[in-house]
Amino acid sequence: MSACHSREGVIDKRASTALEAIAGVRDGATILVGGFGESGVPYRLIDALLEQGCTDLTVVANNAGSGERGVAALLRARRVRRLICSYPRSSGSVWFEKRYAEGTVELEVIPQGTLSERIRAAGAGIPAFYTPTGAGTELCAGRETRRFGGRDYLLEHALPGDVALIRARRADRWGNLIYHSVARNYGPTMAAAAALTVAEVSEPIAEPGDLDPEHIVTPGIYVDRVVYEPVPLPEGP
Amino acid sequence: MRDGHPAGLRPWSLEEVAGHVARDLPAGAYVNIGIGLPTLVPRQIPAGREVVLHSENGMLGIGPPPVPGGEDPELIDAGKNPATMVPGGCYFSHNEAFVMITGGHLDVTVLGAFQVSQSGDLANWAMPGQKLPAVGGAMDLAAGARRVVVMTRHTTRDGELKLVSECSYPLTARAVVRRVYTDLATLDISRDQFVVAEAAPGLEPGYLKEVTGGELAWPG
Repeated sequence: MSACHSREGVIDKRASTALEAIAGVRDGATILVGGFGESGVPYRLIDALLEQGCTDLTVVANNAGSGERGVAALLRARRVRRLICSYPRSSGSVWFEKRYAEGTVELEVIPQGTLSERIRAAGAGIPAFYTPTGAGTELCAGRETRRFGGRDYLLEHALPGDVALIRARRADRWGNLIYHSVARNYGPTMAAAAALTVAEVSEPIAEPGDLDPEHIVTPGIYVDRVVYEPVPLPEGP
Repeated sequence: MRDGHPAGLRPWSLEEVAGHVARDLPAGAYVNIGIGLPTLVPRQIPAGREVVLHSENGMLGIGPPPVPGGEDPELIDAGKNPATMVPGGCYFSHNEAFVMITGGHLDVTVLGAFQVSQSGDLANWAMPGQKLPAVGGAMDLAAGARRVVVMTRHTTRDGELKLVSECSYPLTARAVVRRVYTDLATLDISRDQFVVAEAAPGLEPGYLKEVTGGELAWPG
């Protein structure tokens, strides 16, 4: 979609810096942030968000960040107005707990599979779906319920992002992505669900044809920008 | 409570309880092991029996914990601990991990519990009045796996009942638990009652009734 560099006739989604890769992210944006625990978190892109200064964000992520980096750093800097996640209570989620206790961040907790499927539905152009998860529980009270085959299902709505920030291992300049083990987690799903999808990768960006098409996990059609900025993983909490 | 057990009763150790769970996992089963006590189960699976462990962050074929120094910081299990993969395992997206769960592809999930009711209602994700809710994959696993079993201490450390007629804690899912493995007994849930399948050495029916809420049946 919005390739960074436009050499005549050539698809080149490479950004030269993380800051360039997140250019255009606005205050108030809904940002899908990949990662599960410390695995697959786009740390460098989040650092760039901090540097760029956007605020009043709605962040959609599995966890609430831990330690001092990633989503935790956005919370520490008071850039997050609302957090939509599945499991905010993790060891080291100090900044989330602090902001939540002082009432400066809103929290929406969603069962993990429902969170993931709401994002997938957004990417697939499906506005809502029925799921068995959470039926009959107070966490999911108030949802429209419908019976199929004698069982109750809840209506859940798609959850699209303005921006998706994800982390992969390899990319080519067309934006095709290959991941590393379970660091894949939300990447393929979030990539399809945002108006602007940015991937940071931990190996130099390849040319088209360098990645085995049998191994590409996220097709470049979902990816707008890729940036190679190797970054050491943070120490555990 | 533990100290208050009647003389002659020898409760099973948690390792023994995990062994009971593992004994009932058939070869070829695809199984999700929840956080908490169930994490004791994998090492009790008999050597050579191929049971495939699923992790909701996107892996089939979880292996034993890595040797010290052999950790990959990005290869973690659903409890966010360093993990390994057995030969034949594979990675997939988080979304696909939940397709496996809610799609009914998992044969068994082994979950911990705060409370289980006689009708199989499960409460395992929140305590009443807890300030910070966090649900994770508990509701998906409870709603989606073909067979939901629970591994838990029979009562809390303070002696409060965990097997109850009705859960007072926030529910994870309704009418899903089929079997409960505790340090005192293994109990099936059938027709709104706990049915004893196996009892710890020296367990007397009168005492089991005292520490179990809800309807109790002890056939044979």
